[in-house]
Amino acid sequence: MTTTPLKFYQIGSFAVGNRLVTSDERSMQSDADRANALTSGHRACQGCGEALGARYALDTAMRAANDQIIAVNATGCLEVFSTPYPESSWRIAWLHSLFGNAPAVASGVAAALKAKGKTDIRVVGQGGDGATVDIGFGPLSGMFERNDDVLYICYDNEAYMNTGVQRSGATPPAARTATTQAVGSAPGNVFGQGKFLPKIAMAHEIPYVATASIADLRDLEAKVTKAMEFRGARYIHILVPCPLGWGSASCDTIKIARLATQSGLFPLFEAVNGEMITSTPIRKKVGVEEYLKLQGRYAHLFSPKRNDEVINHLQRMADRNIQRYNLMGEM
Amino acid sequence: MLRQVEGSKAIADVVAACKPEVICAYPISPQTHIVEGLSQLVKNGELTGCEFLNVESEFSAMSVAIGASATGARTYTATASQGLLYMVEAVYNASGLGLPIVMTVANRAIGGPINIWNDHSDSMSQRDSGWIQLYAESNQEATDLHVQAFRIAEEMSVPVMVCMDGFILTHAFEEIDIPTEAEVSVYLPPFKPRQILDPADPVSIGAMVGPEAFMEVKYMAHERMIESLEHIAKASQDYKKIFNRDSGGLIRPYKMERAETVVIALGSILGTLKDLVDEMQDEGVRIGVLGITSFRPFPSAEIRSALANAQRVIVLEKAFQTGIGGIVTEDVERSIRGLNIECKTLIAGLGGRPITTASLRSYLTSALANQVEQLTFLDLDKEITEKELARERSLR
Repeated sequence: MTTTPLKFYQIGSFAVGNRLVTSDERSMQSDADRANALTSGHRACQGCGEALGARYALDTAMRAANDQIIAVNATGCLEVFSTPYPESSWRIAWLHSLFGNAPAVASGVAAALKAKGKTDIRVVGQGGDGATVDIGFGPLSGMFERNDDVLYICYDNEAYMNTGVQRSGATPPAARTATTQAVGSAPGNVFGQGKFLPKIAMAHEIPYVATASIADLRDLEAKVTKAMEFRGARYIHILVPCPLGWGSASCDTIKIARLATQSGLFPLFEAVNGEMITSTPIRKKVGVEEYLKLQGRYAHLFSPKRNDEVINHLQRMADRNIQRYNLMGEM
Repeated sequence: MLRQVEGSKAIADVVAACKPEVICAYPISPQTHIVEGLSQLVKNGELTGCEFLNVESEFSAMSVAIGASATGARTYTATASQGLLYMVEAVYNASGLGLPIVMTVANRAIGGPINIWNDHSDSMSQRDSGWIQLYAESNQEATDLHVQAFRIAEEMSVPVMVCMDGFILTHAFEEIDIPTEAEVSVYLPPFKPRQILDPADPVSIGAMVGPEAFMEVKYMAHERMIESLEHIAKASQDYKKIFNRDSGGLIRPYKMERAETVVIALGSILGTLKDLVDEMQDEGVRIGVLGITSFRPFPSAEIRSALANAQRVIVLEKAFQTGIGGIVTEDVERSIRGLNIECKTLIAGLGGRPITTASLRSYLTSALANQVEQLTFLDLDKEITEKELARERSLR
């Protein structure tokens, strides 16, 4: 990590007030001169985690690249809410082509820049979990394998939200979606093998892979900054709660993102050349129940009857993550 | 300078002479030799300033081309058959975004059943994709068409498919005059994109367009396609001035002056037809050939005018609409509406079935005697099809 861990925390949450830290440690979101790559006026829902994640990530990438950024976007919420013609919220060069091809389009942009000798201009590809782990998976793997000079960012809200909350390969077990309804003997999504793309990215041994959370802004910014220090294929996977799809209160987006990390369900780590180099320790471990209870998509686990079997299964998954990624800091 | 080379090698060399900046490739027969040739030219340093990407699918090949073209790079790829179908979503997107990509389609049948040999069902399936489609009669013309294609594409901000018959052209060795980079540079100006991704002047490309403006966007594509007719004709005329060769353009009439019967076709079969027409004219038959080079945009006015004195038209097609018949036929019929011309369709050469002069002569002799159906499949084994169809019916 390029950030120095801060020793003080405010009122129960781990948010660090910018005014309490020195200017070089502040989040750039407090900087009036930030790029504001995804500017206000767009049509995202109240409490949209993806809109926050994209703005944080792109503003950081802009700073790291001296404003020389071209972004390529997959079809999805981020594209739809930001560019209803003739309006656009993007203050950066931005291209949207299709749902499943953003990584390949980004490779094409990078190839053109290389051919023209304009390698000071950097390329960011971005999409939701459907575009990344499902329909765009082949092109993403190809981009990784060729080590094209692209930073690809997945904003993972764990389902196809733009089309109305259908299950994706990134939807967690037991979660209710429009295509994994909370009905029948095993309500919600199945317990499959999972498809955790950061590990798949690591298997390509690309220069840099990281997971990040919109609940830890300084960490997210540090990881984007670090990713921009590398050339070649880089991947950042950001968990972005979706109030609409998760059935949560708009005001709980950050809280839920934090609980995902503090429960161990969403580990924060970095990997360089395929090897994990850091993981962010959980400061105050919480049971998965605290995370699940805030979300309507898991309501069937608690009502009309509590489903301990499934809750315990999810807890075991969190505990396995804690061990696998050394999230209790016992490395 | 004339060189004895494989068609694919000529295409690789002439594309290199056009100085593309990004080439992306995914292998599929019978297109592979073209990108193999280009990969060599990039790797050995003969083609400089060009990135060659080996991608993991045709869908990614067209997607890489989209990203590169939107960044202002002259961009090329090649495909065929299943590969063209695999990239279809991106094919439509490239034209929708107005990106002047040039792509060779080494025409090949579409499965199933799987078949690697030549017909036109791949590119014909992209009839309405918003791409310009030019069909080459010979390897010399295929070579020349690529130079013209980059110019037309970049003038109009419309992507261009150069369609050349798989194996028949791509794998044929013959003498070809391949324009050099210096020669091409006289004809083909540097690429000046209509719109470009540039951090210094940021634009959003590919925004979501709703009902209030979508039709206008599509209408503009329609008008642009019609206006391309003029540019395709001009590109051919200007090409002749520099290279002293007839190639490209909209249509290619052959010995039609006194023809009562005209055979219309696209691609390499035109050579066979011309030989046959030579023979038949010598025998006193009033027959001619009309080649269509530009299938999209379709040169309706030129075709109508060229057929003004004809009494009978036969459209030879290497693809068809299942359950209906000819594809090109419908465009021809629309072009000659109101003229008293009889129009028949001959489907031939599907999946690489050889189209022999003997079979063609036999069909044309019947046609001249008004003894052919509206729709004929050349050399169809009726015994097998009738037997199998009867068996299927008995199982329903």
